Amino acid sequence: MSTGAVGARTDPALLAHLYRRAGFGATREQLDRLGVQDYEDTVEFLLNPTPEAGVPDDILARYMGGEAPHAYTATWLFRMINSECQLQEKMALFWHHVFATGLAKNEHVLAASDQIELFRRNGLRDMRTILLDLSHDPAMIFWLDNNENHLGEPNENYGRELLELFSLGVGNYSEIDIKNAARAFTGWTFGQPPPLYPHGYYPADFRFDPADHDEGEKTFLGSTGNLDGVDIIDIIVEQPACAAFISRHLYNFFVADEPQVPTWNDLPPQDPELVGAMSEAFLDSGGEIRDVLRVMFNSDSFKNARFKKVKSPVELVVGVLKAVGEHDDFRFGLAKYAESTTVVMGQKLLDPPTVEGWHTGKEWIDGGNLTERVNFAVGEIGDGSSPGIRRIVDRLVEGDSLSTPESFVDGTLEAIGPIEVEDVTRAALVKFAVDSEGDDDRSRVVRMLRLTVSTPEYQFA
Amino acid sequence: MTKNGTTNGNGKASVLVVVQMTGGNDFMNTLVPYTSGLYYDSRQTVRITEDRVLSINDKLGFHPAAAPLKEMFDEGDVAIVQGIGYENSNRSHFRAMDIMHTAEPNAISTEGWLAKAITQLDPDGKNVLTGVSFGRGLPRAMAAPGVRVTSVSDIDSYGLMTSVDIKEQRAEELDIFKRFYTPAIGSGATMSYLQQTGDDVLSGIDRLQTVPGRYESTVEYADNPIAKSLRDVARTHIAGLGTRIFYVQHAGYDHHAIEMPAHEKLLDELSGALRDFMADLREHDAAEEVVVYAFTEFGRRVQDNGSGTDHGSGGGAFIVGERVDGGLYAEYPSLDPKTFANGEDLAHTFDFRGVYATLLEQWLSVDSVDIVHGKYEQLQPFKVTQG
Repeated sequence: MSTGAVGARTDPALLAHLYRRAGFGATREQLDRLGVQDYEDTVEFLLNPTPEAGVPDDILARYMGGEAPHAYTATWLFRMINSECQLQEKMALFWHHVFATGLAKNEHVLAASDQIELFRRNGLRDMRTILLDLSHDPAMIFWLDNNENHLGEPNENYGRELLELFSLGVGNYSEIDIKNAARAFTGWTFGQPPPLYPHGYYPADFRFDPADHDEGEKTFLGSTGNLDGVDIIDIIVEQPACAAFISRHLYNFFVADEPQVPTWNDLPPQDPELVGAMSEAFLDSGGEIRDVLRVMFNSDSFKNARFKKVKSPVELVVGVLKAVGEHDDFRFGLAKYAESTTVVMGQKLLDPPTVEGWHTGKEWIDGGNLTERVNFAVGEIGDGSSPGIRRIVDRLVEGDSLSTPESFVDGTLEAIGPIEVEDVTRAALVKFAVDSEGDDDRSRVVRMLRLTVSTPEYQFA
Repeated sequence: MTKNGTTNGNGKASVLVVVQMTGGNDFMNTLVPYTSGLYYDSRQTVRITEDRVLSINDKLGFHPAAAPLKEMFDEGDVAIVQGIGYENSNRSHFRAMDIMHTAEPNAISTEGWLAKAITQLDPDGKNVLTGVSFGRGLPRAMAAPGVRVTSVSDIDSYGLMTSVDIKEQRAEELDIFKRFYTPAIGSGATMSYLQQTGDDVLSGIDRLQTVPGRYESTVEYADNPIAKSLRDVARTHIAGLGTRIFYVQHAGYDHHAIEMPAHEKLLDELSGALRDFMADLREHDAAEEVVVYAFTEFGRRVQDNGSGTDHGSGGGAFIVGERVDGGLYAEYPSLDPKTFANGEDLAHTFDFRGVYATLLEQWLSVDSVDIVHGKYEQLQPFKVTQG
């Protein structure tokens, strides 16, 4: 895999692309540091997170503990900004998109955060483990009413969404399969934790109630027997449809925006070759997500898909916060970004609007959301006093970037990206560089940065 | 019948306010067939008993939480369209909502029915406020390639680069911003959409910023999202910015479990918000030209599941306004199991595309054939006007 050749270097633009997708972006200093090894080594580093490279739980708990939702979302943002295990955090977000579970109904912060911990812990493992985790997860059980799925009175909610949204996609099962999957999951419930007041949050634990489980014969995707939930999952993960569906989800999240999920049965993937190779890796490895991702990140399609994806609000916000550098160390104030900033842009962590998750791609953008995105990024860059922005300004002012309007624009795009922009955007930035000639250097650079994060290109990862 | 389109007796352009009840409203528990034994047979738990129903005739009555809607119905301002649907109703929320948004059950479409109406109302795209959506995200119903609409999350803080406090710098940077967001030939589809969106924001912003300052009212709305959204609609309509189509969303109707308290809360919020909205418009002499259409993506399963109801079909909708000829429209779906779709769902009695055609042709005076992909039977839910 890796040649490990001495002197192997990676193009900073490619590395920045990898980190925008497999993580939440990288600063210039990080790119300089990682640039000394070759690309595939960096991919392997990302695919194999170690506890040492993550953010220690005990320190997070000391500085950012508490039971309110924002205590958890703030720690998650902290990890997204600072964890070296960027892909681990990105995969937790990926599964949160796919297995969308909402706090608006569940109202149990500990159960919600435990679910994200599951995704963080096992999100790079095999699909069977991941679906078993999910089917045992109290937050999911309550969210899709599997605790109301009883012997003789099946509730189809979990059975339906497991097939439609979590594993196979429309068109790859029948209504009868849904009913029988629901029957197979009867009795999969959880023990009700003590009430929040005055006890605080206690974990909800999975329980299996044999007396409430349907032991009858069921037929599911051609297999017949006294099937239970584990059998259903075993059957699902062997389906080529599952490999194709999950591969397409990964492609949509990491490579380039696909149309919304409900259309997938009717519209083929835009890159059938890569999605096909990923599906093959899925089937060959018994559903190992890490193997599928390796094929994806090392493909030419991925490397060439720069600025082909609209950033989600969380990606946009964390990317800006990384650049600004105010939260490289523990301090108060992160919670508002998760509880307000991304929310007005259309994404509230732990609380997707429906089980379908967030509509992505172009649908992240409308007039209201674009206004919020621009105002946020401009506001964070602000007057340029934050440490990350000061470093960028120093770099530009002390180098020779400001010698001509063109080099000023190129230097700025390089320093905050590298970002590639369209001609019309570049021309507008050059106009500003010309108009502002003679102004104070530092103020000019800050204003140029403000404009750069307002461009349409900055909305893309 | 007189066409009701651009003038509705008071000389003002007609306005349509669409309220999306997201998640699949339980129509059977909204307009309850309270004398039907079949209803009580299939709804052992998730049921409204006769003593709680607000009856409108000897068969049907409103859910008790919908009392404000019942009052408006009694005043003749509410048309209830019963049994809306289409063949082979889709039980997936997402596909079902897509179908409602695009009026196209048989293919994937990217063209929203209201966006296509906007191209007829404002063919040259002169006013980006012809269609305005309030709340989280732009619904597909309002989106179509090349159609300019406005989406506002919070009208009270609407503006661009608001953190730049040196006025001259802000003006200069907004001028550069305008150059970024000038739609350019040869950009990719998503990039040109982004450029167009930025351009639209700039054109809408100056006018929308005036809305809060121009509004005063004695009506106090409740504190919930649908009330807030309808208040934003009222404020914007009263400001007279030329908006013809408003869109708001009320989420949470997917009651697979613990339906009874949750459904009650939503119906209380929605019907209260509708009452306050109409009162607010009347106070400003701005009610007569407005019609509200409240719809959902599907009805729910006839048989309850012991705690809630699963996805079904045969939903219902409400058309509310002073120009509405109140009453019951289309037929209540049969509760006879022999008539059920899929053996367990209410069979629809009226095609949703006919409701759209009604609103498009008779209220907005636009041609519906291209929008709903054909000709469908229409209702007659509006009062006939003179001249």
